[in-house]
Amino acid sequence: MNASGGILASEKQTSALPFDVARVREDFPILKQSVYGKPLVYLDNGATSQKPQSVLDALANYYSNENSNIHRGVHYLSERATREYEEARAKIQRFINAEKLSEIIFTRGTTEAINLVASSYGRANIKAGDEILITAMEHHSNIVPWQLLCEEKGARLQVAPVNDDGELIMDEFARLLNERTKLVSVAHVSNALGTINPVEQIISLAHQRNVPVMIDGAQAVPHLAVDVSRLDCDFYAFSGHKIYGPTGIGVLYGKTHLLEAMPPYQGGGDMIASVTFEKTTYNTLPYKFEAGTPNISGAIAFGAAIDYVNQIGLSRIASHEHELLVYGTAALAQIAGLRQIGTAKEKAGILSFVMDGIHPHDIGTILDREGIAIRTGHHCAMPLMQRFNVPATARASLALYNTIEEIDALVSGLHKVGEVFNS
Amino acid sequence: MTDLQDLYQELILDHGRRPRNFKQLDGANTAEGYNPLCGDKVKVYIRTDNDVVTDVSFEGAGCAISTASASLMTEIVKGKSRAEAEQLFKAFHDLVTGHQSMLDSPDLGKLAVFSGVSEFPTRVKCATLSWHTLLAALSDNDQVVSTE
Repeated sequence: MNASGGILASEKQTSALPFDVARVREDFPILKQSVYGKPLVYLDNGATSQKPQSVLDALANYYSNENSNIHRGVHYLSERATREYEEARAKIQRFINAEKLSEIIFTRGTTEAINLVASSYGRANIKAGDEILITAMEHHSNIVPWQLLCEEKGARLQVAPVNDDGELIMDEFARLLNERTKLVSVAHVSNALGTINPVEQIISLAHQRNVPVMIDGAQAVPHLAVDVSRLDCDFYAFSGHKIYGPTGIGVLYGKTHLLEAMPPYQGGGDMIASVTFEKTTYNTLPYKFEAGTPNISGAIAFGAAIDYVNQIGLSRIASHEHELLVYGTAALAQIAGLRQIGTAKEKAGILSFVMDGIHPHDIGTILDREGIAIRTGHHCAMPLMQRFNVPATARASLALYNTIEEIDALVSGLHKVGEVFNS
Repeated sequence: MTDLQDLYQELILDHGRRPRNFKQLDGANTAEGYNPLCGDKVKVYIRTDNDVVTDVSFEGAGCAISTASASLMTEIVKGKSRAEAEQLFKAFHDLVTGHQSMLDSPDLGKLAVFSGVSEFPTRVKCATLSWHTLLAALSDNDQVVSTE
């Protein structure tokens, strides 16, 4: 199973060693390739991260040796697949320090996890005249599910503003939190700006009014240690593919008393205890929310990704990425006509910027021919783009395998962009 | 850099920087186009007389390719009939997608400068957004044209 090699077995053993990025890169086969004759510089990790060999091996191993359906077979393979799937759940429970295993629900990703809460918790608890409070830096997936719910219920979506650095204005947030607020949902880390929101403070303010808080952790989990018990958040969502796991698998964490009171999200097999045409009783947590055959291989490989991150250690990943972020921020500041969007004091993993007279899409195309992959566009955060009065930005987003040399390549690529446009 | 030089030719950079006919036209037919992928927006204004384009302009925000395409489009379609504009678009579309042009295709003139786009499939929508929008304005279509 643990076929990656390269990294020593436990964080305790390795945490004293310096972070060796060259060795880390060996674990990611895709990074060895060239594009347009240039070494691939992958700086689009906010969209999706690359996968280490151990995750690829877990996928192949599942289909080669374990494939069968879970939770129902009496046979050897089914038992083995069920055990692996449930072990992955336990890995995730420990990773975010959830109190109970049954509080970890597998979903297709962060988007589905948020939709689950909006559909199930939201429909049961939000009424006409209620308010749901989000922030101006949310991804569309943490806006639209709430809009749909508000439309259906006659409730109101309230949006806490951000300042020019891309930081949430906490006074405004506190002001918008009132007796009508029935749910708060905020990004832990902004996908477009990299801002780390003060979620502890947000949760404590909301809880003073008995308002539950959902955290969109898609961009946080790869970069910072998350402890849902210490945060005391009510729901926490994240995706496997942004933390070196496969696509199509994610997690919703929810507090037991909330999940138990919630109606099912989807009906089907595995989520029931018994079915007659008169009455169906639902399965216990977490299975009540896992209708149908899940993404078994995805969950198992997600577990392998968590193992990989644990082996290196999130604190070492975070400090490596922080070094890149500081270096990159300073390097981009030297480029004439470049303006960084998102200059919060607390940031993780993201360099978002615009250049005078050059559209981000053109920046992206020219960098692409230099072998450099970045994201250009509105980053599924169109209201935020409006807030900063830009149609789009160029975004370089970092992962543990990125290097100082790659930041240098980005900078020289951006000089090339300037040459093409100012020739 | 060869592909890039083909894409970002001087004429494209010039029209991207200083778009022609970049203005509102009062009392004209209009249509709006939107590319959700990159956030490009364009509004095309068109006046016709007996099915002939007498004046055309645009406004919007977009990348160099989409801005230059809109700018050069306004230059070429002025004085053309609707049928001629549609034929031009078909030939232009073939050019930027790298398809073999029809033998009797119309002369694309300056639009030939966009041939480099065919090497960049992700940029085809940038080049064609204003044309889709123009045809919508010609048919008085109020719907926002989307490239998706």
